[in-house]
Amino acid sequence: MTHKTEANIDPRKTVGTTGHDWDGIEELNTPLPRWWLWTFYLTIIWALGYWVVYPAIPLATSFTKGVFGWTSREQVVKDLDGLKTLRGPMTAKIEAASLQDIAKTPELLSFARAQGAAAFAVNCSPCHGAGAQGFKGYPNLNDDDWLWGGSLDAIHTTLQNGIRWDANKDTRASMMPAFGKDGLLKPNEISASANYVRSLAGLPTDKDADLKLGQKLFTENCAACHGEKGEGNQDVGAPKLNDKVWLYGPDKATIIERITLGGGGQMPAWSQRLDSPTIKSLAVYVHTLGGGQ
Amino acid sequence: MSVTTSFDPHLDEPEAPLYAARKKIYPQGVNGFFRRTKTTILIITLGIYYFLPFLRWDRGPNAPNQALLIDLPHRRAYFFFIEIWPQEVYYLTGLLIIAAMVLFLMNAMAGRIWCGYLCPQTIWTDLFMAVERMIEGDRRTRMNRDAEPMNLETFSYKLLKHSLWLLIAWWTGGVWVLYFANAPTLVKDLIQFEADPVAYVSILTLTLTTYVFAGLMREQVCLYMCPWPRIQAAMTDEHALNVTYRVDRGEPRMSFKKATHARSLGEPAGDCIDCQQCVAVCPTGVDIRHGADLGCIQCGLCIDACDEIMEKIGRPTRLIAYDTEVNLKRRKEGLIEIFRPFRARTILYIAIIAAVSGVMLYALLNRAPFTVSIIHDRNPIFVKLSDGHIRNGYTVRIANMLPADRVFTLDVEGLHDAHVEVIGGEASIDGRPSVSVGPDQTRELRVSVRAVDNGEEEPTHLEFTIRDEADGRTAEARDYFRTPHSIH
Repeated sequence: MTHKTEANIDPRKTVGTTGHDWDGIEELNTPLPRWWLWTFYLTIIWALGYWVVYPAIPLATSFTKGVFGWTSREQVVKDLDGLKTLRGPMTAKIEAASLQDIAKTPELLSFARAQGAAAFAVNCSPCHGAGAQGFKGYPNLNDDDWLWGGSLDAIHTTLQNGIRWDANKDTRASMMPAFGKDGLLKPNEISASANYVRSLAGLPTDKDADLKLGQKLFTENCAACHGEKGEGNQDVGAPKLNDKVWLYGPDKATIIERITLGGGGQMPAWSQRLDSPTIKSLAVYVHTLGGGQ
Repeated sequence: MSVTTSFDPHLDEPEAPLYAARKKIYPQGVNGFFRRTKTTILIITLGIYYFLPFLRWDRGPNAPNQALLIDLPHRRAYFFFIEIWPQEVYYLTGLLIIAAMVLFLMNAMAGRIWCGYLCPQTIWTDLFMAVERMIEGDRRTRMNRDAEPMNLETFSYKLLKHSLWLLIAWWTGGVWVLYFANAPTLVKDLIQFEADPVAYVSILTLTLTTYVFAGLMREQVCLYMCPWPRIQAAMTDEHALNVTYRVDRGEPRMSFKKATHARSLGEPAGDCIDCQQCVAVCPTGVDIRHGADLGCIQCGLCIDACDEIMEKIGRPTRLIAYDTEVNLKRRKEGLIEIFRPFRARTILYIAIIAAVSGVMLYALLNRAPFTVSIIHDRNPIFVKLSDGHIRNGYTVRIANMLPADRVFTLDVEGLHDAHVEVIGGEASIDGRPSVSVGPDQTRELRVSVRAVDNGEEEPTHLEFTIRDEADGRTAEARDYFRTPHSIH
């Protein structure tokens, strides 16, 4: 054990050693500045301040609220209000302009597309997909095949009132009968109809398909909505059957399933949940995905 | 039963202080070459700092006319004729590499030139010390005053000193914010209390840091807060010039009387008369005669102080001088001095500085006045249309980096019979879609490309070319056209 004497003042330095000695290796004592220690204490005191002014300590059923009365929830509300104010002038312009004017004015268009994209991600993507690519039974909004119309106004109306959304009296409504389930057609008739529908789109049919019967049944039961040649009808949301885009799928089993079950998809009426500028922005956004008409 | 603690190895050790109080330093005023150099650099650098924001630079009607401006809200930085966009922040990387290499080169050549003459901590501390000396008097007066109990005279001197320090600190913080907004407007807004709160908070913060660092903490910043002294000590070598006490000339030190006597008898006598002037003038309280020191910022003021004494006693000057370790040794051995500024490391530093500067200069001179970037839609990768055609969607961003309106046309090449549509595009020129982009702005477009499904498994390369219709210059970006067969 070494002791602090003149002998262990490092000869090259005027400072002493700490007195620690490990196999002859000694440690110079270079003390920290005292202000550093005080700064350290100060940071501790500063940290204690957080306990007092902000919510900090969990209690049995509650927590200490802090004297500032700050809550993260209120902060979010405040931030959102701030954003609303920031966007206020542009939102007012969107509200005042017609859909066609928005699409034509670069400044409004870029704002509407940005706002529409954000609203789409929150409200629409669960069914239509992140890029509006659609899923089985949920239409792809990028293509040029529209069930209820692909013009700005038609998209806007669909967004406003929804599809088969009974809570809205102006909702887009139509119902394909459940031909199989309700016994309107027999299995062999449904099979013939499915084959005929495939023939309308130029797809191959079964070798033993009774296309004559299929055509007859189609004319009697389907043509009223889907059109004589399967050209569809956007007034009643009847899909085109003679093109390359299929809502549920082009294979025979899927077509049989749809004839058997009938019905159609549903979409909420967004006028009940979103404000008017947001719906307008959404309409413009969907229209500019590429398929707008 | 007693508790034994004899196994504790720390028990018998002597108490060593873990924390040391700061010893107040009273640097003495000095005259000489290095003092004049430092004062000149101080005036020039502070002059640049305080007046640069007011320098104007005409960039035309659509851009700010401040020579040096960092416009954070609009994400632009202006430096005379250069305008930097956020995506060009790599210029900053280049500058930082050059700065580091210049620092290393300085160190390899002549030690802590940065610390002694150029570092803001040194400059402002020097300024604050000058104010202190002007008001409170030089070293001895200040030491005597501090030793006495506080009286009204001392108090009023100190009050005046601290007020002046705060005033300088306030100006320092005040000028800092002027680099981030149009200086004349901001000055007006600040006076009328209409400026952004961020400006006031920045000024307050920088006022406090300047006051505390330059007035109160001074050498503590260099000793305990700055990493460079540590790095510098590890990077210096025996050929680097450093402020050095020429121990071969100075020792054995003794009083002037004794030395004269010794010399008359032909006995060895050093030039150092132990007058302590080098210590008295040192702003960090170092005794340079102990050798290279972490605390030594190598400002050369001790050289000035020592030279003054050497002249008075009629001995050669530069007992303390910029000298190298190798020459210290060589003189002791009776060899001639050598000076090798060009060594492997200095040549390497110069080469790196030249290379990085060259690359930056080349990039700057060949900087595109506009750019185009493409992002292919991720989802869906392709869209099948009702007639069986395939369409791909792209987000195209055109950046017009000049302060004038420009019209661009878009060309997409690589696909036969492709139909290109710009959604929201205004017009077309010669069958190509055209868009106008505002001055110093970007514009995002949605572009769709429609073509027949070619059935190939390899995606088709597409080249997007935008052409400035005014002067025919172009910018290109590449992407792919993908079909159901080529999505992987």
